[in-house]
Amino acid sequence: MQPETEIELAEAVRAAKGPLRIVGGGTRPVGRPIVGEVLSTAGLTGISLYEPGALTMVVQAGTPLAEVETALAAEHQRLPFEPMDHRPLLGTTGTPTIGAVAACNISGPRRIQAGAARDYMLGVRFVDGAGTVVKNGGRVMKNVTGYDLVKLMAGACGTLGVLTEVAFKVLPEVEAMATLTLSGLDEERAVAAMSAALGSPFEVSGVAHGAGMTRFRLEGFTASVTYRADRLSDMLRPFGAAKVESEPATVRAIWSGIRDVTDFAGKPGDVWRMSVKPSDAPGLIARMGAEVRLDWGGGLIWALVPEGTDLRGRIGPFAGHATLVRAAPETRAAIAPFQPEPAQLAALTAGLRAKFDPRGILNPGLMT
Amino acid sequence: MEMPVPDAGVIKRKARIVQRLQEVLPLSAVIHDPAETRAYECDGLSAYRCAPLCAILPSSTDEVSAALRVCFEEGVPVVPRGSGTSLAGGALPTADSVILGVARLNAVIETNYPDRYIRVQTGRTNLSVTGAVEQDGFFYAPDPSSQLACAIAGNIAMNSGGAHCLKYGVTTNNLMGVTMVQMDGTVVEIGGAHLDAPGLDLLGVICGSEGQLGVVTEATLRILHKPEGARPVLMGFDSNEVAGACVSDIIKAGVLPVAIEFMDRPCIEACEAFAHAGYPMCEALLIVEVEGSPAEIDEQLGLIKQIAHRHNPVELREAKDAEEAGRIWLGRKSAFGAMGQINDYICLDGTIPVSELPYVLRRIGELTASYGLGVANVFHAGDGNMHPLLLYNANKPGDLEKAEALGSDILTLCVEVGGCLTGEHGVGIEKRDLMTVQFTTEDLEAQMAVKDVFDPRWLLNPAKVFPLASSDARRHQAA
Ligand SMILES: Cc1cc2nc3c(=O)[nH]c(=O)nc-3n(C[C@H](O)[C@H](O)[C@H](O)COP(=O)(O)OP(=O)(O)OC[C@H]3O[C@@H](n4cnc5c(N)ncnc54)[C@H](O)[C@@H]3O)c2cc1C
Repeated sequence: MQPETEIELAEAVRAAKGPLRIVGGGTRPVGRPIVGEVLSTAGLTGISLYEPGALTMVVQAGTPLAEVETALAAEHQRLPFEPMDHRPLLGTTGTPTIGAVAACNISGPRRIQAGAARDYMLGVRFVDGAGTVVKNGGRVMKNVTGYDLVKLMAGACGTLGVLTEVAFKVLPEVEAMATLTLSGLDEERAVAAMSAALGSPFEVSGVAHGAGMTRFRLEGFTASVTYRADRLSDMLRPFGAAKVESEPATVRAIWSGIRDVTDFAGKPGDVWRMSVKPSDAPGLIARMGAEVRLDWGGGLIWALVPEGTDLRGRIGPFAGHATLVRAAPETRAAIAPFQPEPAQLAALTAGLRAKFDPRGILNPGLMT
Repeated sequence: MEMPVPDAGVIKRKARIVQRLQEVLPLSAVIHDPAETRAYECDGLSAYRCAPLCAILPSSTDEVSAALRVCFEEGVPVVPRGSGTSLAGGALPTADSVILGVARLNAVIETNYPDRYIRVQTGRTNLSVTGAVEQDGFFYAPDPSSQLACAIAGNIAMNSGGAHCLKYGVTTNNLMGVTMVQMDGTVVEIGGAHLDAPGLDLLGVICGSEGQLGVVTEATLRILHKPEGARPVLMGFDSNEVAGACVSDIIKAGVLPVAIEFMDRPCIEACEAFAHAGYPMCEALLIVEVEGSPAEIDEQLGLIKQIAHRHNPVELREAKDAEEAGRIWLGRKSAFGAMGQINDYICLDGTIPVSELPYVLRRIGELTASYGLGVANVFHAGDGNMHPLLLYNANKPGDLEKAEALGSDILTLCVEVGGCLTGEHGVGIEKRDLMTVQFTTEDLEAQMAVKDVFDPRWLLNPAKVFPLASSDARRHQAA
């Protein structure tokens, strides 16, 4: 099914006799494999409103992400949360949609400084599991009117409702950018260097580590980037001499590679993604015995493990959460792709699902 | 403002309820003498008052849990309270309710600089969170004007903002985790020192839920290193429209100031008389602040001044030193106090798309005149969060009602131009009955469904946020 309007989509959900598999561009097959009739949002397209002077954009959920980014670039603006493109890592094809970015709360390296997709979502319209159209939030930058269901929808992966429209706060594109690179640090030292940078006043907008290179990104006005690159290099001196790269195309390529974890693209094995307290990362990595890439100053660990590995079982209890991002459907059926919740939280989650999707038809079981 | 009829049965059982609470709390933590419960009869929306059945001041999450368990078993409504500075009546009691104040929960539990967070008990005031880390160069970014008094508990419940949230975001963007006690005493841990939720973003919906989903006792907050420096510039304009256009141009130019604050003539005059900040007498003032090293500040302010010049400012004053910066902010920071000196006022909080500023300011002026009242505007212009102060005389019969009607008209206008009823103060009782202007029945049902899950008997702060008629059935099945 591929409805062309929100009304048609609501009708389709209302009339559904069994489970629905909600698909945007189909580039991100995450979670438990599910069966169900395909409900595509690809028919709901278009930018409904874009006010560069108010830093806001309202988009239909099925709009290709590329279309959004092109429109923003024309006004010298961007999505600050830098959504990851899953295609290289997952080996998928298709066109990522803005609705899936919102529904799965997909962010990139800038999450550590600017925030996640959920932090830039101002409002949503969605169709719940009963086929009811609901709106929440709006299109203004500050809004505490009623409960924030926008956050609840961001990251629910379509299990509480099918997003039809999303309003975003956007930000100006930057004039200049630079990457500082330190070489040869082990994880312990790399995390220490990244923490030092993030705890500085220099507004580092990306901090990642992998393959022996520790990277720091600065963005802003040209003079300011130059100034901060100098100061940050000085500060990082105890960790080695930082190499500075400020050619924009090169800097962009470095960070889109980090964002999309291209190092693991095409390599055999399963890929896990862990969100942890940065200073816990070195200890966890030691317990993992896997090839890793670090983002978010060490707070985000990407781990490449042999197929079928239960990473959670291997490392034992830890604070944070681990998601199995890439694995064969059989593995994702056997090992919970999303971190199991403690009983009290699981009860709240189950309660919310029962309210928003009483028949259990929206991507049922995807997040278990 | 209509409030539900208090449950006579609960009021009759007061002695027993107090006794049961005394069994689980220290004696000094249960306040039940009517002379003392009066202290909790209102919050910052002081036009409405009602003493609670009793007030309790627990000192730990365990005590909160034990006390809530008692209230749950007794079927007593509970109104959580931080410092009582809510401007929306969020902490207003009913005669059959227990006020649960978190004032004694004020410890710092952990500070962690490498991982950039602080964990505190939520009765701690906003400013003292920064106070706990500033000697090491760090700060907690959300800065409501009430930050000296308001508690993190209230900030989380209202998802409070502040002058600097244009750059740093509001509470929800800086909150990493909470310990929360549900109405039946269940303690839940949500989030922590890591980012994002493993499953549904429960933290995101708890923040801003106005004390209706649980009592938040501890919080993990993101802290940041202070910028190298900050400097404000003051700009005066001939009209509100021109100042509004200047705001829009600054935002579009790609400079991201930390704050853009707006004041109109009535507000400038009052602040000047009150604080002697040396403001120019003009129709509209903007205070724009940028951050960074001295050279970075020069660069950004250079751009901003260029933009301002295109709008023929009547005054353009850049702070040369800390003292002058302090004076520029002085007037703005004392605005509410200054207006309070000369008038009773209602402070509205609607947000509008920045592009609608000139139109909405003009309409506010017209509407106010049609009611024969006065208005002063002071607000966070960068994000369109308006604070019209509607001036009235509390001693003049009917004046408050008139101001409230004007307030409804203005908030309806905010919604009509694509905005919302409240940008940072919350709905409370104040905007409860206007919710239907912004939301459909279905929209409100979806929100109330969340409360059904967290607090199935609707005992936590039940008469707030939702129009009484909408929540009626739920509140009654609870009783
Ligand atoms: C002069 C003045 C200036 C202000 N400036 C700003 C501003 O710039 N920005 C802004 O956003 N607000 C501002 N406010 C409004 C107010 O200060 C904020 O809403 C603040 O966050 C309230 O905090 P509090 O601790 O006083 O909460 P209270 O008033 O005690 O309670 C507010 C709400 O929080 C709930 N609550 C309290 N404690 C808990 C808990 N432990 N668990 C769950 N729920 C709880 C209450 O039930 C109530 O609904 C201002 C108020 C005043 C008087």
